[in-house]
Amino acid sequence: MRVHVDPERCQGHNRCYALAPELFDIDEEGNAHELNDGAVPADLEDKARLAEANCPEYAISITE
Amino acid sequence: MTHRPLVHDWSTDFDHTDPQWVADPFPIWERLRHECPVAHSDRYGGTWLPTTHELVAEVAYDTDHFTSRSVVVSEVRPTDQDLPAPIGVAPPITSDPPFHALARRLLLPAFGPNPINALEPYTRALCNELLDRIGDRREFDAAVDYAQDIPLRVIARMLGFPEEDADRFRYFIRLVLESVDSTAEERQAQIDGRELDDYIDARIAEHLEHPRDDLTTFLLEAELDGERLHPDHVRGTMVLLMIAGIDTTWSAIGASLWHLASHPEDRARLAADPSLMPTAVEEFLRAYAPVTMARLVAKDFDFHGCPMKEGDWLLLPFPAANRDPEAFPDADHVVLDRAANRHAAFGLGIHRCLGSNLARMELQIALEEWMKRYPDFELAAPENVTWSAGQVRGPRTLTVRIP
Repeated sequence: MRVHVDPERCQGHNRCYALAPELFDIDEEGNAHELNDGAVPADLEDKARLAEANCPEYAISITE
Repeated sequence: MTHRPLVHDWSTDFDHTDPQWVADPFPIWERLRHECPVAHSDRYGGTWLPTTHELVAEVAYDTDHFTSRSVVVSEVRPTDQDLPAPIGVAPPITSDPPFHALARRLLLPAFGPNPINALEPYTRALCNELLDRIGDRREFDAAVDYAQDIPLRVIARMLGFPEEDADRFRYFIRLVLESVDSTAEERQAQIDGRELDDYIDARIAEHLEHPRDDLTTFLLEAELDGERLHPDHVRGTMVLLMIAGIDTTWSAIGASLWHLASHPEDRARLAADPSLMPTAVEEFLRAYAPVTMARLVAKDFDFHGCPMKEGDWLLLPFPAANRDPEAFPDADHVVLDRAANRHAAFGLGIHRCLGSNLARMELQIALEEWMKRYPDFELAAPENVTWSAGQVRGPRTLTVRIP
């Protein structure tokens, strides 16, 4: 599984960073990006789905 | 209360200050979603109202057809003189692209998770101070005696204002946000009176003389393109932080307490399992989102068959988007452990609430400390609960009883 934050859609709600800080980080202005090129370890797949399902801007995509 | 005629037809004559909307807007929005997803009213000189999540999002993302130069619907329409584009009176909320991004980026670092988390111990101590002050009273007003003072004092602290000015803050907030009920003449008199501006100017003068580590000094020393901010910009942003940071969070805390007081099964569940708090906070924000924004139509155009005219108001009800069953299963039901929650309580698009991290922190701490002190509470007189009129919705009288 991989996650990706679309920087054009992200508005800095910081939900992904709050729910899955192992997978996402934010810059000083709150814009999110994926860590480790978006690679999701098997034990964090649920967290990745949770982050995706809580993004108000539909900025996070998951590929499996 | 409102002096306008009561609303009889919500799809052609809606009014967000009508007593029925103020008391319980949810059935109105639900009917409109089916009958008339974009309603129109001649009130306030012409106002539109989208009620589905999809349409609210479309407006929020369309900064070409909808300007943010004024975000509070009133009888008085802004003139170019009142609201010099592109800054607007309270940047960046009243700013449009491209200036908006400049004004916003300046403020974003101050509202990120790290600086906001640093305020958590202060906020927790403040909540306990307010609870201590309530003492052993068994009946009191949770909106006034608890919810209101939390954001009031946190914002005052962030701006470096004297805490003893709390009463003046309350007055200013009512003046700006709830004055939608006043007549055009009354409102114009308030605008001309410059009361709030004078207060802010006094704080600015005091900070220029004695700079310190707070947001006011930060704004005074901030630079855009190598130049200090225009004094109108500094004052406008300070007004924005005071107004947008207090009434809104006060409403969110109050509405969450109202829900818990009137839904004993949810109250008992949260009291028994505090680990539900993070999802419960998001669910309260979804179900009782306090803030409805507004836009002005920037140019004549057809929006889904609606002939919008330049200068028309458009109410942007994020609370209605959050109750749309197309976007949220079981939308009218509060589910404390709702896992998937893309709610729009903090808006969508480029104007996403700057203070969302702050508001979430305050709401969570306020509820945690309350539930520790009062795991069991109920409404003392449900019929006496009053809700604010205007674009920020929350309980203004919330008498609770501790059994």
